[in-house]
Amino acid sequence: MMNKKLRSFNSPTFLAYALIAPAAIYILLIVAWPVLETIRLSFTNSSLAGEDYVGFENYEKMLSSKKFNKIVTRTFVWMFFSVSLKLFVGLIGAILLNANLRGRSMFRVLIMPPWVVPIAIGMLGWLWLYNGYFGIIAGVGMHTGILDGPFGFLAYKQSAFISTIVADVWVGTPMVTVFFLAAMQGVPKDLYEAAYCDGASRWDRFFKITLPQITPVIITMSILSAIWTFNSFEIIWILTEGGPRGATTTLIIDTYKQALGNYKFGRGAARAVVVMILLTLFAGFYLALLARINKKISHG
Amino acid sequence: MFYASLRPLDHLFRSPYQFFSDDLSFWAYREMWNTVPMLPRYIFNSFFLATVTSLITLLFVIPAAYSYARFNFPFKNSSLYILLAINMFSGAVLLIPLYKVLRTFGLLNTYQAMIVPGVAFLIPTAIWLLKSYFEKIPVDLEEAAFVDGASRVQILRHIIAPLSTPGLVVVGIYAFIGAYAQQFLFAITFNQKKEYMPIPSGLYEFIGYTTVKWNEMMAASLVGIAPVLIVFLFLQKYIVEGLTSGAVKN
Repeated sequence: MMNKKLRSFNSPTFLAYALIAPAAIYILLIVAWPVLETIRLSFTNSSLAGEDYVGFENYEKMLSSKKFNKIVTRTFVWMFFSVSLKLFVGLIGAILLNANLRGRSMFRVLIMPPWVVPIAIGMLGWLWLYNGYFGIIAGVGMHTGILDGPFGFLAYKQSAFISTIVADVWVGTPMVTVFFLAAMQGVPKDLYEAAYCDGASRWDRFFKITLPQITPVIITMSILSAIWTFNSFEIIWILTEGGPRGATTTLIIDTYKQALGNYKFGRGAARAVVVMILLTLFAGFYLALLARINKKISHG
Repeated sequence: MFYASLRPLDHLFRSPYQFFSDDLSFWAYREMWNTVPMLPRYIFNSFFLATVTSLITLLFVIPAAYSYARFNFPFKNSSLYILLAINMFSGAVLLIPLYKVLRTFGLLNTYQAMIVPGVAFLIPTAIWLLKSYFEKIPVDLEEAAFVDGASRVQILRHIIAPLSTPGLVVVGIYAFIGAYAQQFLFAITFNQKKEYMPIPSGLYEFIGYTTVKWNEMMAASLVGIAPVLIVFLFLQKYIVEGLTSGAVKN
């Protein structure tokens, strides 16, 4: 009798669903429904004035425009540099934090501000750093003679592109570092002890033990940070609003500009659909990988 | 940032660039309240928005996370992965329909406009985080109480609630930090009224038509982020642990 009672305690499906329902309904309303609505809007010329069905017109116009193709390429170049820098800096940061250095717990706290500080506020600091006349970077440049005059980092196409990447890396690296660090600390200690007894050098221990052991995390983090970077809106918006002359306009920025800058909801929605398709691909890739890694772990 | 906030404005504007000022002062911290008279209101708004958003998030998340932690039911794993996938959609993609909905319901330029979408994007991660906390509470305790004739409500009140308080606090703080950070996007898109503006967008008032009061802006920024930073410093260990245990170990 007790067993039966316990079983009914552990598997009341109805109750389980009832408890999840509020959250599920909320997400359906605020996330899932807007996704469908975006897809519908992308086939209309919706604006503040009203909307008419226009078929694939938005898509045709978008895909045939040279500007849009440039934006897609730019988005991926931007992402590539930003993600690889985040992974590289994050890995070095995690190695340093994992080493037995003095004061490392303090460093662990110190790396977090970029992540905790609201991006919108952190970017104000960067706006100032990048300022051509009074910013500290231009200041150092002028003092050391690298720059022969004021230089506005966000005013020129190439430097603006690089500057937004640097700011994005500043925001994204702490998260990557923390995950790498957690992975490094999960590597079994006896592996190192055995290697140490066999006379392996520090260098060997890193490349032959640490690196292979944390590879799954490196792969998942690269996809995750690719997704975050792809979604990055505020950083570019605050620093350059996609300028100068479109030099830092990524897909997300372009979507926002079309939809809420010009109130061309239809055209914006078509771009949003492209963004969603790409995100779904990333997410699918990530989840498939996660499932595979989990399987590997459970099979030993 | 802190250094800049202490310097007089004309020193910041001096060319060639000067690294050191000899008359550092907290002058900007006094003056900023005059330059942007609504500053206290913005700070209050930020706090208010983040608090309400995280409380509502908890309200939705607690039952769901408990259910995920305790029961087995069809689609359990797949729905958890869907939650993970939702996390990857930023609010920026869905702004168009959200804007239209909020407009139809007359919610543009209200507090709700910034709270309602905010909650939706915090729910997924919060469920994952809280689920792992609930899983740490031994089922035996509940089962024993159940066999002794305690009702589910009693179990919830006398066993789950006290044991999960630390977890709830951490998830609440996570939601608070997240809500604080989200405000900017929703505020610039859904709100044009000054009286509802949170601090991240309010700070842009220091950018005038002709000059930017950098020192005051930096001072105000620091005041604006102080609460999140302090909260974070106290709880960083738990937050980092919680976030990574969800994704790395799995």
